[in-house]
Amino acid sequence: MVTFWVALLAISILIYLLLDGFDLGVGILFLLPNSEVRRQAMLGAIAPFWDGNETWLVVTGVVLWGAFPVVYATVLSAFYIPVIFMLLGLILRGVAFEFRAKSQHSRWIWDLGFGGGSLVATFMQGVMVGALVQGLPIIDGQYAGGVFGWLSGFSILCGIGLCLGYALLGACWLVRKRGGAVRDLARSQIPVLATGVLLFLILVFSHALLQHLPILHRWIDRPYLFVFPAIGAGAACVLASSILRHDDYWPFHMVSLIFISAFGTLALSFWPYMVPFAITIDEAAAPHASLAFMFWGAGLFIFPLMLLYVAIGFRVFRGKFDSESVRY
Amino acid sequence: MDPTALLLSRLQFAFTISFHIIFPAFTIGLAAWLTVLEAMHLRSGKPVYRTLFEFWLKIFGVAFGMGVVSGVVMAFQFGTNWSVLSKMSGPIQGPLLSYETFTAFMLEASFFGILIFGRTRVPPWFYLFSTAMVALGTTLSAFWIMVNNSWMQVPTGYVMQNGQFVPDDWMQIIFNRVVWVRFPHMLLASYLTGAFCVAATGAWYLLRRTYRAEAHVMLRMGLALAAVLLPVQLFIGHLVGDYVHDYQPAKFAAIEARWHDEQPASEVLIAIPDSSTESNKYAISIPVLGSIIGSMSLSSKEVGLTSFPPQDRPPVAIPFFAFRIMVGCGLLMLALAWLGSWLGLKHRLERNRLLLWGIFLSFPLPWIAILTGWYTAEVGRQPWTVYGVLRTADAVTPFLTAAAAMTSLIMFVAVYAFIFSFGTYYIYRLLRAGPAGLGGEVLHAPAMPNRPMSLADRPRPPSGNYAQAGE
Repeated sequence: MVTFWVALLAISILIYLLLDGFDLGVGILFLLPNSEVRRQAMLGAIAPFWDGNETWLVVTGVVLWGAFPVVYATVLSAFYIPVIFMLLGLILRGVAFEFRAKSQHSRWIWDLGFGGGSLVATFMQGVMVGALVQGLPIIDGQYAGGVFGWLSGFSILCGIGLCLGYALLGACWLVRKRGGAVRDLARSQIPVLATGVLLFLILVFSHALLQHLPILHRWIDRPYLFVFPAIGAGAACVLASSILRHDDYWPFHMVSLIFISAFGTLALSFWPYMVPFAITIDEAAAPHASLAFMFWGAGLFIFPLMLLYVAIGFRVFRGKFDSESVRY
Repeated sequence: MDPTALLLSRLQFAFTISFHIIFPAFTIGLAAWLTVLEAMHLRSGKPVYRTLFEFWLKIFGVAFGMGVVSGVVMAFQFGTNWSVLSKMSGPIQGPLLSYETFTAFMLEASFFGILIFGRTRVPPWFYLFSTAMVALGTTLSAFWIMVNNSWMQVPTGYVMQNGQFVPDDWMQIIFNRVVWVRFPHMLLASYLTGAFCVAATGAWYLLRRTYRAEAHVMLRMGLALAAVLLPVQLFIGHLVGDYVHDYQPAKFAAIEARWHDEQPASEVLIAIPDSSTESNKYAISIPVLGSIIGSMSLSSKEVGLTSFPPQDRPPVAIPFFAFRIMVGCGLLMLALAWLGSWLGLKHRLERNRLLLWGIFLSFPLPWIAILTGWYTAEVGRQPWTVYGVLRTADAVTPFLTAAAAMTSLIMFVAVYAFIFSFGTYYIYRLLRAGPAGLGGEVLHAPAMPNRPMSLADRPRPPSGNYAQAGE
């Protein structure tokens, strides 16, 4: 039962990373100097998806609370400032998206809200991941790091890294969903962003290994774990070749694969810890009565239906958005 | 624990949830109303129902979107500000809120898309079914929230293990009688909100002498529904009072501003409660009525606040006044609904401009009633977060600083005020423009699933559209 909920939580986080990743990334690219025509094309490419994508954040939050209440309570309260700013960023970005079309004079406010909200939310997510990797100061199950305990050079680096990563996903999404000048500009951004992301990933993992040597032993003991970084490296090669070939379809999938392998590498490095080196999965798990209650309804029946719905939604809006099919 | 951080956290929770509740309260009622409109259109084929459906669907979209973005905050705020509560009650509250997200997400997300862009792609009966499913989704969402809150009011079906509330009887948690009076109370309140907004819009159009046919339907349906539901709501409200009387006697005493045990008890109609002297100033009260309301008896003894140790007493002024404002709004709505329906039956309502003004200006009443009702319930529960078991002061994140809490509160107030003014202005513009100009265009206006608010966009923005703009 605990394994089931760990898996479900991991899937939810991964879905959130990939889906909200690309639309937050488009939001970040939105901040670069763009023409109005290009901005509308960028918004149009994520219009049908972003709302549903964001719901996976809520799914992650409530599953975490129901299945691993200790982690929910510890992590969210430790990350007070980053969580609040992430939420505010997401709110501003959500409404800005919608209000923008209605305003002629105050459009710049909503442009700023959309791009800025995306950037702040992404940065805060990266900072939180970085602080988790680095290890939160936890004494007797209680966070003891103060208001800015999450702030460090490393966590800021991770914040910047995630901004680059989401922007890369966003650029690949634009390449996949658009044509013409919008696609060409996005394609020219990919090599810069990809190089940045790969450098950053190498930096993070070397740092994690140097700081926590036990992880290194785990990797040496179980060499098959290297399959994840290997997949990531392979995906990076295919990404490079598909960019050179001016392929529109593969870059997004390859970057997704890099994200999945990075996520897998990170998760395996810290297994069985949920909050690295402080709280294990078993310590954090809710009592069996809670997990079973969620399993027999939400987990077994509704969750697969939700996945199915997401698949159908993306299928309805498949292909390039260059026809009249998606507009408003 | 920092007392300032505690106070600020309470204010922040109250502020964000008050802001959030405005929108679901509206959309639960509206979704049901849309279902009724669609059903009537299918049955009678009259175009007026279809026009009204398309019109209110746009308003529904904006309110739904505002509810979604403000709801995301609620899923995280328990953890940020109330970490002790969320650690202890997570095994119970977490699964309940998981079901809330899973069921509401499923139904609303799946069928809302069809509601917006599927009119021409699915058979009429399925479109009606989709509307009903969206309504069911909003209702289920409210249900799980009320189960969750009722458990905090009257915790049940659990055992304490290792400092956690561990569920041992989910049936008891979900199907206890407190849930089943509080959930209908909230649901009816939402329906009344929808009814009064619809009726008020109708009255507004009649006053402006525009959209006469639609205005008549809105007035008639809104007022008739309110006229029927209000007596039921008053009765259920009485049952809610009964549970408070039985399970939360200190809250009951605070609502009644009863400082000392009385037998038989009088009912304080209005007064200024003074906690320093533990008495009421300028009280107007009716003898014996307190016992009748509390226990349906002429001679029962009713408990006063001084029977509880000072540290277990809730504040008095807020529950006392909030409750009276709520009841006052209810009675005012009852009068308007009955008078309006009666005159409407006699076809004299349209000429009675005074009453039309009254109905038009009545649209805030249901929201005031809902908010004051929540304040009565939540402030009256103090000093407890989980009634009788976990104090609010012990539930707050222990290391939260006043500076951090102040920062987040100011940010929330600023951002919410900003988006609220734009959102309400936008709904106002939609309502003011009325159902005109929808005609054939809206039926073909492409909209997208998962994008509630896109529905309200003008069919063709002057600057072109997103899809073509890239070329």
